[in-house]
Amino acid sequence: MTWRVVARRIAVALATLVAIVVFNFFLFRALGDPAKDLIRGRLPPEVRQAIIHDRGYDQSTFTQFTRYIGDLAHGDLGTSNISERPVTDELGDAIPNTLLLLSLSTVLSMVIGTRLGIIAAWRRGRARDTWIGQSSLALYSMPDFWLGMLFVGVFAGGLAWLPGGLKATPGGAGGFAHWEDVGKHLILPTLTLTLGEIGQYVFITRAAVAEVMDSDHVLTARAVGLRPLAVRRRHIVPSARLPIVTQIALNLGFVIGGAITVEALFSWPGVGFATLNAIADKDFPMLQGLYLTTSVLVIVANLVADLLYARLDPRVRTQ
Amino acid sequence: MSVAANEAAEAAERILASHTGAWGGARSALAALLRTRRGQVGMVLLAVFVALALFGPLLAPQDPNAASSFSTSGAQNLEAPSSVHWLGTDESGRDVLSELLYAARISLAVGLAAAIISTLLGTLIGIVSGYRGGWTDRLLMALDDWVLVIPFIPTAIIMASLLGRRAQDWPLGRESVLVLVIGALGWAGTSRIVRSQVLTLKERDYVRRARVLGCSDRTIMARHILPGVLPLVLANGVLYVSLSVLAETTLSFLGLGDPQSFSWGQMLNDAYAAGAMTDGRWAYFVPPGLCVTLLAMGFSLIGYSLEEIVNPTRRERA
Amino acid sequence: MNADPLLEVRDLRVAYRDGGRIVPIVDGASFELRRGEALGLAGESGCGKTTTALSLLGLLPSGLRRVGGELTLRSERGVMLLHRRTPTGWRDLRWRTVSVVFQGAMNALDPVMRIDRQIGEAIRLHEPGADVDARVAEVLERVGIPRSRRDQYPHEFSGGMRQRAMIALALACGPELIIGDEPTTALDVMTQGQILQLLEELRRDLGLALLLITHDLSVIAETCDRVAVMYAGQIVEQGPVKDVFAAPKHPYSERLLAGFTHVGGPRALGEAIPGTPPLPGHVFEGCRFADRCHRVFDECRAGPPPLVVDASGRESRCLLARGS
Repeated sequence: MTWRVVARRIAVALATLVAIVVFNFFLFRALGDPAKDLIRGRLPPEVRQAIIHDRGYDQSTFTQFTRYIGDLAHGDLGTSNISERPVTDELGDAIPNTLLLLSLSTVLSMVIGTRLGIIAAWRRGRARDTWIGQSSLALYSMPDFWLGMLFVGVFAGGLAWLPGGLKATPGGAGGFAHWEDVGKHLILPTLTLTLGEIGQYVFITRAAVAEVMDSDHVLTARAVGLRPLAVRRRHIVPSARLPIVTQIALNLGFVIGGAITVEALFSWPGVGFATLNAIADKDFPMLQGLYLTTSVLVIVANLVADLLYARLDPRVRTQ
Repeated sequence: MSVAANEAAEAAERILASHTGAWGGARSALAALLRTRRGQVGMVLLAVFVALALFGPLLAPQDPNAASSFSTSGAQNLEAPSSVHWLGTDESGRDVLSELLYAARISLAVGLAAAIISTLLGTLIGIVSGYRGGWTDRLLMALDDWVLVIPFIPTAIIMASLLGRRAQDWPLGRESVLVLVIGALGWAGTSRIVRSQVLTLKERDYVRRARVLGCSDRTIMARHILPGVLPLVLANGVLYVSLSVLAETTLSFLGLGDPQSFSWGQMLNDAYAAGAMTDGRWAYFVPPGLCVTLLAMGFSLIGYSLEEIVNPTRRERA
Repeated sequence: MNADPLLEVRDLRVAYRDGGRIVPIVDGASFELRRGEALGLAGESGCGKTTTALSLLGLLPSGLRRVGGELTLRSERGVMLLHRRTPTGWRDLRWRTVSVVFQGAMNALDPVMRIDRQIGEAIRLHEPGADVDARVAEVLERVGIPRSRRDQYPHEFSGGMRQRAMIALALACGPELIIGDEPTTALDVMTQGQILQLLEELRRDLGLALLLITHDLSVIAETCDRVAVMYAGQIVEQGPVKDVFAAPKHPYSERLLAGFTHVGGPRALGEAIPGTPPLPGHVFEGCRFADRCHRVFDECRAGPPPLVVDASGRESRCLLARGS
């Protein structure tokens, strides 16, 4: 892959990042007034005024903006109103938890979903295709968190096999027993998110594979006399990979949305759970930092997908 | 198109082309829709929910808004299903079945309204972008790229929570915030599809002829381009309704809906807060989720079938 | 030359099922092809030309089925009854005996595989142990693709080069019959000429039989010995190219040729004939062409016209051909 292609993709990602950083600042100010909306509760007026002054909310928008950019350049996202810890520290706690849940369920659902999608496309119109398509549609149509509620009802409520929330039992043991505990807490959120996301991977893969199956070069491969399995492995899947990668990248924004609701449902201490808490607490600096994190996550994932695409497709690679 | 599918697809195209006029097209599309199993199931689901939205309040055993529905003693709160309350009562003593029936209206209305807004926006932007080309196109597509990477739910959460208080007096109350948010963030996919269709339509003879004859751009876009993209827009819009319904449910579940109105997401939020899952109150939290799932599925089924009908290259011979 | 034809197609019928109805696409096509001979299959699109070709390779699209007819291929490897092939049998026949040059090689070649690997794959499949590199180099040289470009991807080639690469792929396993399905359609006139010349050379040098499917009569005039004209799933006229072109016996051929000779150059078919070919599933009372025919008379609609074969072996499915 030529460096020009890589450089261009990275430049686009950076431009998007800049746009997001600016948007992050103005979104909050266009829709509300941080001085009014986003400081919690009944503080004594002096204290309130002190906070407003300290945060610079009483200054002009331009001054606030330069300060925001300046702080950001130093890696300073401000201080949480609630915990009074730096937002970056709070994020440092939340991000690994979200990444753990997200990566685990994304890998699982992607592997299972693409496989099922290939099978469905291969058996187009047959019983197995119908069966896979219908169950995927059903899963896809369920709100992620409701699926999670069903699991909690069965496994945490009725059967009491697994914990239905949190990352670990409060006051639990340390060491290996702690990780075993975390593992148990991870099962239901992961299962929920995996099943919640599987449907889209099945649809994307089935459509992509079916389209490639109908293309002329596959007819050529069959005419050459290749066995069906070889046609599939060497000529269908390599071509179908391209639209699949793009589509999956486009859907990552939705996956993160799903993660938020699932985190909320299971009180899983990640970015999504923190976002909801920050809204409830009107913790403005925290909210801004979390939103920036989520956006960066999506941009990075998109960049990875773009580079992967460029690597997979000779038409881009050898431009 | 593949060599192999050529002959049959050509025939299909000619069959489609033989139906002229918007009404004829709509009628034949509806007829084609009702011929597929998926289309039939989707239409039945849709009909059931439209009926619920229209007549639900008449069927409901009590009005969950009325003060009399609230139990004051606390004796009736979170009651198990019984012959009086088929699905039990909620934490305030209101009949769950009644809430469920009332909620159909909000969920359907919000889903439809949001999908209409995003589809209109997407169509407009896609047509202008594709037809004008040049800088307009580049600018709009950059915006499009950017909207596509904005994480939907987090942005919606922030927008809804910031706008929420101001929206008390708007038509659907705080639910209208959800309509705006879902509508404003969802157009980017539609505009993509529309734009690429416009790019091919633009080169058709009748459009070129109109341009040579001196028709204004606006006339050409409205008279010649719009009808060409309409079928695609419709299929896509129907698909988007199911996404909107799901988004509305998610946001309401997260507590961003209107606590005064009934929606299935709001009910799930209440059920969650009341600990219905760990207490085994299945009748409280299963039905609202099932309704959302079936409604979203209905729209998806119709949308996918329509997509196949209007897009002959996607069609598969049975 | 062998007395028996290489390929013999008798009463080929291909159809699909639409609900409870059997809809024919190819409705009783018969023709022969000798070694070293080139037969052109002409007609507007939708007449069943491609379907006929694909049934020779067992590659009918899903839903379409051969419902009748006998297809005999007298290969150097023995006599093959194509109407009795198993999936394994088909795979063995494909490319070793019959290969195809598809239309618009851009899409017919795998876009994410290098040209030499695509050709090598076919050789490796059918001739295990062959010196693949040498063979790839040989066929590429045969079609005039420079050595330096063999490891490129299809998108890096021009249209003409891609078609050459497709022909090289078709030659890879030394077939006895090559089917060309609109092999020059997407090309400009200059390149068309070069590709046709290449096909002509290969036929002469390698003794290949060529079945050329096209809607462009000028291609057939340039390349073929005999021509078969298809309409609505049937062959309506068949004979030596020079005879048919000089004096067509079926009004459909006459119309096709009028469009062609009138301008004195290649021209898309269909422009010359009012109306469109009937849709699959159309029920015919009499002659299938009657509704569009400029020589139609009452008897045409009474019943299907018989196949008339004259002394020289020319065939026509028209009542007017009876007397001549």
